[in-house]
Amino acid sequence: MAEEELAHEGPNGAPTAGGGSTPHAPTALDEDEARREVAARADALVTRLREICGDPHVYTHPHQLRTYESDGLLHYRASPRAVVLPSTAEEVRDVVRACHGERVPFVARGAGSGLSGGALPVEDGILIGLSRLRRVLEVDLVNQRVVVEPGVTNTEVSKAVAPTHFYPPDPSSQVVCTIGGNVAENSGGAHCFKYGFTTNYVTGLEVVLSDGELVELGGKAADGPGYDLLGAFVGSEGTLGIATKITLRVCPVPEHVRILVAFFDTTEAAAATVSDVVDAGIVPAAIEMMDGPAIRAAEPMANAGFRTDAGAALLVELDGSRAEVSARFEGLNEVCERNGSIEIKVAADEAEAQRFWRARKAAFPAMGRISTHYFVQDGVLPRTKLTEVLKRIEELGEEYGLQVANVFHAGDGNLHPLVCYDGATEGEAQRAEELSGLILSACVEAGGSITGEHGVGVDKMCYMPKIFGPDDLAAFERLRRAFDPEGLANPGKVMPTPRLCGEVPGPYRQHPLEVAGVAERF
Amino acid sequence: MTETAASVSSEPFAERSPAGGPPAERQDPSSRPLAERGAVPSEPLPTETPASAQEVAELLRSCSEEGRRVRIVGGATKLGWGNPVEADLRLSTSGLTEIVEHDPGDLTAVLAPGLPLAEAQAAFARAGQRLSLDPPLGEDEGATIGGVVAAGDLGPLRHRFGAIRDLVIGVVVALPDGTLARAGGKVIKNVAGYDLAKLNAGAFGTLGVVVEVCVRLHPLPQQTASAAASTEDPAALARAARRIAHSPLESEALDVAWRDGQGGVLARYAGETAPEQARDAAALLEEEGLPAHVHEDDGKPWAQQRAGQRSPDGVLIGVAGLLGDLERVVSLAEETGGALVGRAAIGTTWLRLPEADLASVERVRHALAPHACTVLDAPEEMRAALDPWPALEPGLLALSRRLKERFDPDGVCNPGLFAGGL
Repeated sequence: MAEEELAHEGPNGAPTAGGGSTPHAPTALDEDEARREVAARADALVTRLREICGDPHVYTHPHQLRTYESDGLLHYRASPRAVVLPSTAEEVRDVVRACHGERVPFVARGAGSGLSGGALPVEDGILIGLSRLRRVLEVDLVNQRVVVEPGVTNTEVSKAVAPTHFYPPDPSSQVVCTIGGNVAENSGGAHCFKYGFTTNYVTGLEVVLSDGELVELGGKAADGPGYDLLGAFVGSEGTLGIATKITLRVCPVPEHVRILVAFFDTTEAAAATVSDVVDAGIVPAAIEMMDGPAIRAAEPMANAGFRTDAGAALLVELDGSRAEVSARFEGLNEVCERNGSIEIKVAADEAEAQRFWRARKAAFPAMGRISTHYFVQDGVLPRTKLTEVLKRIEELGEEYGLQVANVFHAGDGNLHPLVCYDGATEGEAQRAEELSGLILSACVEAGGSITGEHGVGVDKMCYMPKIFGPDDLAAFERLRRAFDPEGLANPGKVMPTPRLCGEVPGPYRQHPLEVAGVAERF
Repeated sequence: MTETAASVSSEPFAERSPAGGPPAERQDPSSRPLAERGAVPSEPLPTETPASAQEVAELLRSCSEEGRRVRIVGGATKLGWGNPVEADLRLSTSGLTEIVEHDPGDLTAVLAPGLPLAEAQAAFARAGQRLSLDPPLGEDEGATIGGVVAAGDLGPLRHRFGAIRDLVIGVVVALPDGTLARAGGKVIKNVAGYDLAKLNAGAFGTLGVVVEVCVRLHPLPQQTASAAASTEDPAALARAARRIAHSPLESEALDVAWRDGQGGVLARYAGETAPEQARDAAALLEEEGLPAHVHEDDGKPWAQQRAGQRSPDGVLIGVAGLLGDLERVVSLAEETGGALVGRAAIGTTWLRLPEADLASVERVRHALAPHACTVLDAPEEMRAALDPWPALEPGLLALSRRLKERFDPDGVCNPGLFAGGL
């Protein structure tokens, strides 16, 4: 299946970062025992799953399961007992109900393009693939809503409401990534500085809770009374249940769009420009920065006419009413010049605008040309700390002798440093990972966050205590348990556990069942 | 206003209600006998005014241990909303009024809950910024940040900038077990951890006391201008509003109003070219057959829109509707002799009824089903006679109840006030 193959490569063509140790490797006898118990229960389940979804849609052969061992974060692997591919919300409900009956943990998966291991299976649990739920159920332009199943891709949503409307969140994997995954991860993209994130566009969800109950959260209307369970669910990384129907708000296509790329000698000058743009009261639809290494990697691939001798490029897009965009565009040019821009290229037409964007989006895959391997980091910092943190990243790169290229959403301070390394060189992957972690620490020290859009998943659980204390984590646990008292929905994600993260402050005590992923404390 | 249930008999309302709607049908959070439920003449409750977030948490902890129930109060401008609360004491946030941080360069601010929204806005304005949230501020502009967050209240800027849930990027909540829980942070883009900020926005203080709020700010527009048009035909009004809502012109606010057989559409534009954009919008309204004009000084009509979101002496129903239902909602306002204001594209409107009778409320709810209709302002005796909240679906109610039990197992925080009697 094309989709799964894509998932294996990662949406950005990220190369395999060497097979690290599986995070679910048992270390004690009682763990083994508990796992065997889960495996036995999962085996009992398989017959039931075949009844629900039909034989062809339940995979148990190791060759079939391999496709699902990882998501876009390839250095984590785990093998589920079975993969089941339901085709309707009712089938999802019945599958979850069956899992609940046997107390077998389950993980939902969309395109598998996530970059934090959110769709990593629970070893010997059930993986529920949602790729067959891919119908656009309703296009209701009168009310500016579209209702879709979770397996519909992000791009398909905008297509469904074109040409008059569009769906703003646009993660860079939008051609393959699914709306169900976007809901789980609260996906962002390049346009969220102005337009916001998935959570700002979901007005309704049909959700299968971990006991197999189907509930409706919200609907087409906004601002309804009651707890904001939509707000709690979106971004909960599959730990509160599985969304089977998603209602999204869509927007009229703006009257006018203009794009420029301004080149600077230094990232400092580009960062100062970003601040001045914001101070001038301009709210760009997108404001993206690439540093010198990123430009030099991307340009040969994109042929966008980017200056490869520049230290930084700022891609700025303004949209809105024609009069306003035109007036603001002049102001934007002035700000770039005032900050010493060495060249400003204005997209003359749609084709050139597309080339500019292609250069920005090519940055990730293009890194493959200059480095055999790389880690993509996802950190956030207050925008005013940009220069300071970029300098720190540069120092760290020099210290470690590794190249770091920076591509990021500058408007909202969301960095995506790419740490390049050679997987064939003994120990270099570990050092690159360490460097990547130090970059995250620099973001946190500057008052930022450990993830802006990729999610915590398994990748960043152990960083959670850097920004949240025991009481905060305990409050998260209350929310999670209200939705999923038995801990069956995507256990072992988001919340730090002592087994993987060492001693975590707070009320967490390791239990053998927990270690085996049978019963997760969260 | 008092916190205890009204002691006034609900009989006159019961008589007027064809549906009967006796109070016993409400989802009563309390198993205590009715006599105890507020039939006692209301005495002023003792008030505690903690001076720090830590003190709020300590107070909640002691209340949990001693079985005391707390009515949380900010500016006391919306105390009439929701179910009557039986409480043993008031917790006032008036000791927490700081602007903890304002980072103009990052367009963020950290605010204490007792801070009046008007004061916060004045401070932001000095830096050329605003919190893009403009609900009615109530008597003496007393509405506080904490109160606005708890009630999820909103104003015309909801159209372009979302509700408070969309503007809050971090929160600290004092929980009844005495802990302080932080979620989110101080950066606009952040997906680490669960979104307790949204969960507490609009939760009416029933999951804990919000003691700190971090919000994202926006630049103040250089200028604004509005296009306005009026009509006596609800269908034409709805059509004109739809035209603007679907146009690629980027409006900052888009409202409708209806009263005494006449209504209007009001669309606000912001930026360097605001008047030009407003003229473009006025041209669209004219194309729909409505005489339109441009307000370059547009403060007053928008203040009227906000004022229409309250009915201090009458009945006010909040309707969570849709753009496509506008004609139906406006016609209902006309049929009931009521008045209406609301966000056209969002579909959120407020209906003011001329008479405080249960039959009218039932009629509105019936006519607009399945849209949620919440009775906000209402005379005390009427509030005692109906459930102000729309009924929650059983599955949703069960899930909401589990949440309440996880965060506030002893029912300390605003017990019974919220939808579903939570």
